[in-house]
Amino acid sequence: MKKALALITVTAACALANSAHAAGVTLTFACDSVGSGYNECQKGANAWAKKTGNTVKLVQVPKETDQRLALYQQQLGARASDVDVYMIDVVWPGLISQHLLDLSKYIPQSEVAQHFPAIVKNNTVNGKLVGMPFFTDAGVLYYRTDLLAKYGYKSAPKTWDELAEMAKKIQDGERKANSKFVGFVFQGKNYEGLTCDALEWISSFGGGSIVDASGKVTINNPQAVAALKAAQGFVGSIAPSAVTTYGEEEARNVWQAGNAAFMRNWPYAYAAGQAEGSAVKGKIGVAALPAGKGGKPAATLGGWQLAVNAYSKHPKEAADLVRYMTGAQEQKRRAIEASYNPTIASLYKDQGVLKAVPFFGSLYNVFTNAVARPATITGSKYNQVSDAFSTAVYSVLTKKAQPEAALSSLQSQINRIKGRGW
Amino acid sequence: MTTTPRARRTRSLAATRARTALWLLLPTLIVLAAVAGYPLLRTIYLSFTEYNINTDAAPKWIGLGNYWFTTEDGVGLGVLQIPEWWQSVWNTVKFTGVSVLLETVLGLGLALILNSKIRARGLLRTAILVPWAIPTVVSAQMWNWMYNDSFGILSEWGQKLGVLQNGQSFISNPDTALWALVAVDVWKTTPFMALLLLAGLQSIPSDMYEAADVDGANRWTQFWRLTLPLLTPAMLVALIFRTLDALRVFDMPYIVKGNAPEVMTMSMYARQEMIQNAQFGLGSAVSILIFLVIMIFTVIYVTSLRVKFD
Repeated sequence: MKKALALITVTAACALANSAHAAGVTLTFACDSVGSGYNECQKGANAWAKKTGNTVKLVQVPKETDQRLALYQQQLGARASDVDVYMIDVVWPGLISQHLLDLSKYIPQSEVAQHFPAIVKNNTVNGKLVGMPFFTDAGVLYYRTDLLAKYGYKSAPKTWDELAEMAKKIQDGERKANSKFVGFVFQGKNYEGLTCDALEWISSFGGGSIVDASGKVTINNPQAVAALKAAQGFVGSIAPSAVTTYGEEEARNVWQAGNAAFMRNWPYAYAAGQAEGSAVKGKIGVAALPAGKGGKPAATLGGWQLAVNAYSKHPKEAADLVRYMTGAQEQKRRAIEASYNPTIASLYKDQGVLKAVPFFGSLYNVFTNAVARPATITGSKYNQVSDAFSTAVYSVLTKKAQPEAALSSLQSQINRIKGRGW
Repeated sequence: MTTTPRARRTRSLAATRARTALWLLLPTLIVLAAVAGYPLLRTIYLSFTEYNINTDAAPKWIGLGNYWFTTEDGVGLGVLQIPEWWQSVWNTVKFTGVSVLLETVLGLGLALILNSKIRARGLLRTAILVPWAIPTVVSAQMWNWMYNDSFGILSEWGQKLGVLQNGQSFISNPDTALWALVAVDVWKTTPFMALLLLAGLQSIPSDMYEAADVDGANRWTQFWRLTLPLLTPAMLVALIFRTLDALRVFDMPYIVKGNAPEVMTMSMYARQEMIQNAQFGLGSAVSILIFLVIMIFTVIYVTSLRVKFD
């Protein structure tokens, strides 16, 4: 009898201790995996967890945005509560908004107002704030300062023609010592990344943005043809033929190994390239992307938001994690340590940030005037449009189709997707 | 009254046995209905609906609209009117034809070698199974790296031999990409083919060869007149297995190459419409079409080659 009593007491004590321990909740966070993304998310999440006594479990997510979306759509479509907080791409709010929590109920308006209004507007669907801006992005041109000086160039190329010429000269020169050297790398694989790159080429030639604001399909125009002709000319001459198998990370690997003169990529590649052990450390220049004939430079607006799963079991804690991760303190840390662009305007004047990432200041206009993908106007059909667009561009890059033919069939294809309307 | 009591008793015994058998089978049937029947029926149902998991609250019945639908402006929206679908069918058929043919020839060669009395036969039999034993995701990623243009060993060889230019790889060139994938498939599944054929070879009684020796038939004649005809049943089963697998191929090309028009297989197209674009209705229609294509192939095989499964 005594024994049993003792056992019960011990059990009860254990249970009490357990419940005291379990005061905090465990959140699952699907964050980033590109470059140093995973580690940076981990640092931020750990800091929040320590502050609040909760636990955050970070999940490994696919590298490419399309694959992440495919995965999340399945989870959300099944109304699964497995993941509490998602990092979502700038083009997703229109696609998955119905599965996301309205954050305006959890985060004070004064804090939301610190972020770039354009991004907040992008993340507001039917009056619901479905995501808090986490970091913003735009395509930039990376160049090797040492090689430009070596071949007698004073500044980064201003036009695509100049870029082709410089890349050719540097490539020819460097190949004598390094047979793997190439002039220019970008994202040429058939996926969302190619949509971003191609939109930059076309927009910089004055060819518009696939579908205009009124919903009209505008992609089949002479400027777009000229832009794709130029891009087709890069593949196999200044860019390796295999650039049509490159995503962000494949391009960065070639660049960071010191095997490329120019690279188109997102700002995260700066900090990665400056890290210990990188072959291009201290030799990286960043500039706005070149302009086409008769156009002006264009950068595709990227960037990621943090959103809370509407089916989450801990919405309050999840929203608090989002609030912390997207707050000024954490965004500043991420800008300084990993060159992620803040979405809070005041941080672009912060001395600490400008010292760590000098190009933020000079490219401020590029980031704020970036060209948006037609995600808002095409709504739930954005993915189909983007997929048709990148596939058409891909066939041009692989020389399976000529720009004129590809764009005219793309036009009818997008019209088919549009059907009765967006 | 023609039935004797004994016969009646036998029949009732048979009936009891049949009933018992049914009861014993029932759990299996229920499980089958749940895991195979329900998804199949639901897919068929969804293929007649318009249903986007992100926007539509519930599937909307549109009849055959996912298969064939022309708008007033003359725009074809049905799967059967979409060129990308037909391109993926053509890719899959090419992939299947060439890979299965190569696998059969190579598999037969391997099986004959393994069946002969050579040293370390047991070790060899185990060794050839390695490619088959590695999970596809792993081996596909391995091949993806081997094909990589800047550090992959296959690209390096290709470039050294002058087959590839600098910065080119076998999967980056649209003319060779599909064949590069066929190579991966052949590497991976030849062992499976060899194993099935080896089992067939071992079921041929050795005294037939002794008799053939006595009759003075040489090795070549023995192979053509004895081995091959007796091996046919095993080979046909292996062929059907491989053909159906190859027609459904998804993981390997998707990992090695990714979405690209020149290697898009039927399953990749289904994934794109269903998962990527969240269109469960249209994606289900694509799945049903894949099902039909595979069924047609099976029927052709089974009827034209008179395969007996018993």
